[in-house]
Amino acid sequence: MDTLAIWQWLIAPLQYEFMIKALIVSAFVGAVCAFLSCYMTLKGWALMGDAVSHSVTPGVVLAYIFNLPYSIGAFVFGIGSVLAIGFIKSKTRIKEDTVIGLVFTGFFALGLVLISKNPSNVDLLHILFGNVLGISTGDMIQTFIIGSITLVTLLVLRKDLLLFCFDPTHARSIGINIVALHYILLGVLSLTIVAALQTVGIILVVAMLVTPGATAYLLTDHFDRMIPLAIASGVFSSVLGTYISYYLDGSTGGCIVVTQTLLFVVAMIFAPKYGLLKQRSGSIAVEIEGEA
Amino acid sequence: MRMAPVGANPVSVEVENVTVDYNGKVALHGASLQLRAGSICGLVGMNGSGKSTLFKAIMGFVPPSAGRVLIQGLPSRLVQKRSLVAYVPQAEEVDWNFPVSVWDVVMMGRYGYMNLLRIPGARDRQIVYDSLERVQMLEMRDRQIGELSGGQRKRAFLARALAQQGSVILLDEPFTGVDIKTEKTMIDLLLELKQQGHTILISTHDLASITTFCDQVVLINRTILAYGDISDVFTEENLARTFGGSVGKFLPES
Repeated sequence: MDTLAIWQWLIAPLQYEFMIKALIVSAFVGAVCAFLSCYMTLKGWALMGDAVSHSVTPGVVLAYIFNLPYSIGAFVFGIGSVLAIGFIKSKTRIKEDTVIGLVFTGFFALGLVLISKNPSNVDLLHILFGNVLGISTGDMIQTFIIGSITLVTLLVLRKDLLLFCFDPTHARSIGINIVALHYILLGVLSLTIVAALQTVGIILVVAMLVTPGATAYLLTDHFDRMIPLAIASGVFSSVLGTYISYYLDGSTGGCIVVTQTLLFVVAMIFAPKYGLLKQRSGSIAVEIEGEA
Repeated sequence: MRMAPVGANPVSVEVENVTVDYNGKVALHGASLQLRAGSICGLVGMNGSGKSTLFKAIMGFVPPSAGRVLIQGLPSRLVQKRSLVAYVPQAEEVDWNFPVSVWDVVMMGRYGYMNLLRIPGARDRQIVYDSLERVQMLEMRDRQIGELSGGQRKRAFLARALAQQGSVILLDEPFTGVDIKTEKTMIDLLLELKQQGHTILISTHDLASITTFCDQVVLINRTILAYGDISDVFTEENLARTFGGSVGKFLPES
């Protein structure tokens, strides 16, 4: 493929307004989710992300039924699921992963029932898998406002949240309110999921919240570099995935997440320090040394 | 926070008849204790004897159901606001794969002195530099924490406690998995800190080593059984109450 062909490949979709919108929104969502994914990876909250994303389903349906912005319904149920998990965990002897599994499937099931009773109002597939190619200007503005709140929060509390993930005991001993940080991080998680719903949908949003952070984690030992690396991989996958979905005429959310996953696999194999190749050559060297 | 070492140093840590229970289960009962500025105290007890509960009470993490804890006469909220108590964690409590360098960890000791964005100033950098130098870890400052040896890891977190400039330092089993050279470096440093008026409380299983550098010991088993000078406290009867019978093997060689 020569330069001209690549150029045409890149330019052709841009004659459609819906493609320009989709590229902008998915790149923005990719960046916001990637930033947050650094904390999700380090805190070990992938399951929590999965839980909140599934739990927003009834909120989205109810918002459509009552003609409210979908983001409000989704956010209320996202926070509701977080509070329900915290409440059940503190009041019973059940372990946290069980509580999470129990709460989010309950919420999600309620959402499915509501959708099945209101088939004309909501398109199930759009909630589950996103519909960024059909995003309205209003939804786009919602996404930008919600995503910006997340970005600003993370930028301001970047170091406190890092300390909260790394050493909550120390954080607490120097007067940092870790209970507040815990709920701020959960709140930001809920907001980000709401912002990402249109792009990748409920099922795949957890990938956006885990994969870029995991990829970056394999590439660096420095948190300050982890954030830009995660964002770069998130934005790149969003843009490339959207292009691929245009040419394949396939699911946009699916293409974005597959691209992210492929980037992760590349990092897993070729990462300079923690890649499989590096580890393998390292262990061979040790073996040889051991024999000598 | 530095005080002159004088004969009758002021009381720095005051635990007054403290009872702590978790959902009705009593972890510590009627514990009382006073530690003076410029002293090193060993905290001796078995697993589950309430050592970590006592640490948590001193840090203000668990509200006592009875009694009170004062650090330099202040209640825990103000103690935390002023970063007065520094805690050096056990190795198992730390995620060593975390993407932070030695420098980053020691800088975390300064967060309490910074504004909301936690942007270090020249003074913070100087203090972190000096703290690393004191534990002989300066050349390791850019290493990711997982790349350190056991002793270096301990020293990195001790440097964080120094950078925090708390008047009270709590060390949780600091000598497990540490080579003799590091242990000596750490003890020398602790003695130096004591001279400067710090109050140091060390939890340990190892009776023999603490007799060499601690001024005082505290024996704990759900309550504080005895505390004071080593010669007064290390009686066979006290040790039997601390360790429940099997005393012989715990007695320090004299």
